[in-house]
Amino acid sequence: MLTAAESEALLLSLRISLVAVVCALPFALGAALALTRFRFPGKTLLVGILHLPLVLPPVVVGFLLLIVFGTREPVGGWLLAHLGLRFAFSWTGAALAAGLITFPFQLRAIRLALAGLDKGIGEIAETLGAGPLDRFVNIVVPLALPGIIAGAVTAFAASLGEFGAIITFVSNIPGETQTLPLAIYSALQTPGGEVEAARLSALSIFLALVGVTFAELADRRVRALVAQ
Amino acid sequence: MTIEVALVHRFGTFALDATFSIGKPGVTALFGPSGAGKSTIANAIAGLFRPAEGRIAIDGRVVFDSAAGIFLPPRVRRIGCVFQDARLFPHMSVENNLRFGWRRASERATENEFARVVALLGLDALLARKPARLSGGEKSRVALGRALLSSPTLLVLDEPLAALDEARRNEILPWLERLRDEAALPMIYVTHAIDEVARLSDSIVLLREGRVAAQGSTFDLLPDIEFSGAAGASPVGAVFPATVAAEHAGEGLTKLAFDGGVILVPQLDRKPGAKLRVRFKAEDVMLARAAPGAISANNVLSATVTVVRVTDEAHADVQLAVGGIKIVSRITRASLARLDIRPGLQLFAIVKSVTVDSR
Repeated sequence: MLTAAESEALLLSLRISLVAVVCALPFALGAALALTRFRFPGKTLLVGILHLPLVLPPVVVGFLLLIVFGTREPVGGWLLAHLGLRFAFSWTGAALAAGLITFPFQLRAIRLALAGLDKGIGEIAETLGAGPLDRFVNIVVPLALPGIIAGAVTAFAASLGEFGAIITFVSNIPGETQTLPLAIYSALQTPGGEVEAARLSALSIFLALVGVTFAELADRRVRALVAQ
Repeated sequence: MTIEVALVHRFGTFALDATFSIGKPGVTALFGPSGAGKSTIANAIAGLFRPAEGRIAIDGRVVFDSAAGIFLPPRVRRIGCVFQDARLFPHMSVENNLRFGWRRASERATENEFARVVALLGLDALLARKPARLSGGEKSRVALGRALLSSPTLLVLDEPLAALDEARRNEILPWLERLRDEAALPMIYVTHAIDEVARLSDSIVLLREGRVAAQGSTFDLLPDIEFSGAAGASPVGAVFPATVAAEHAGEGLTKLAFDGGVILVPQLDRKPGAKLRVRFKAEDVMLARAAPGAISANNVLSATVTVVRVTDEAHADVQLAVGGIKIVSRITRASLARLDIRPGLQLFAIVKSVTVDSR
């Protein structure tokens, strides 16, 4: 079926996307909550900045990451020295790039879900003795779950396809940062690599189909669970 | 149980400036037309709204005092709330909705008490269901049970029946009566429906345009022409307490005694001494100068005219004293002139139809 190199690229893509989505989720949830709950000066500007990765050329995002998280840069150097975290030329850096690029997808979906919540439900929970954290865990998150999942699935699918930011930030290293799109690109750069590129592209299409179907099923299941 | 409320707040051109206190347990109706400030006051008592100025104390415990900078959040006040849009948690079963406040109560009701509330509100068959699969009336009952099980010191019901149609409303009212009679919990009942006030409340705070226009006991205020005038509502013919004097008074009738005589009603399944509430409509009271002889109505009460008020071109309301209670008769102005009805006149009030409620 798949060659060793192909399955390596596939598994790496899945791992990078999963880590990207899971790590970005708390930030997206926190930002969405803050944007829904509070009004403060410069809020519109902040919303714009948070959505920047969606509209910036991915190569710009990759370049910015390189400037900030490169091992010889202040932030990247500090993280490496004190936390042992290395992003440059590593799969973790690919996850960081993918997570950042797809962050707006999660933020948007969660903000929409939170805005759709009935304020009265939270008030009633408060009169019944539930404090802020209690309400967040037992009321807000379960009711916003369809939106949270929709955002995560969209971000996951977009992460699988991320190319520009990853290749700029962490280069194209087989087994470390060479995800499916990067492998397809490499195959196309190789004389006679069209067959390989076609196989990898078919794999990408198959993956996308599975993802979309799963998203649909998960959405239905969660909605039935929440019964809205 | 005393609840002291004093609130001042401005919303654009609307000014809320209401002060009242509730001394007795039982149901207090916050009554008035839409936009009178009823719901705002209910929300302020529950802690869901913070007025600009004022003070609210429940049983001596100050929950809000703008001068002292005190504002207890709703979760500390622990006031059971029910709103017209039930506000059930859609992702939880009925049982988990009921247990939400119960789990968080500092003095949690026992499993026996839990079962009693479930039985009191007829929720046994619904426990496993999700709110989406409940009818409007069932949702209201679950919301009531949820509030009750949170061990509140006070229940605030904000138009709990307003979203329901006539049939559903009549389905819920008996549950509310049972709640009032069995839970022994003070309730503040917000409504604009005078029939709900007549049926459920023990006392009334009448609100008009953000101010308290009248306050007093339901039995005293409702059959009072001045009150109904101030409320902008049609007067209730009568609402007064009565006790069962004879369960079988013959011919399928039950005899009730009240502060002004006796009244006969169709057979009730209640033991002698049981306390009931008797109501009738002003339109169902006829007046006669002489005791009528052959007449189908069972109840002819000897009455004295106290107040006469012309209500429109064709009608007049006549307020009468029957013993210690007040009743109102709505007659035409033509009859008023023909019978020469004026204050002080002794006559007979013929009651065509009587409604009996619990307590």
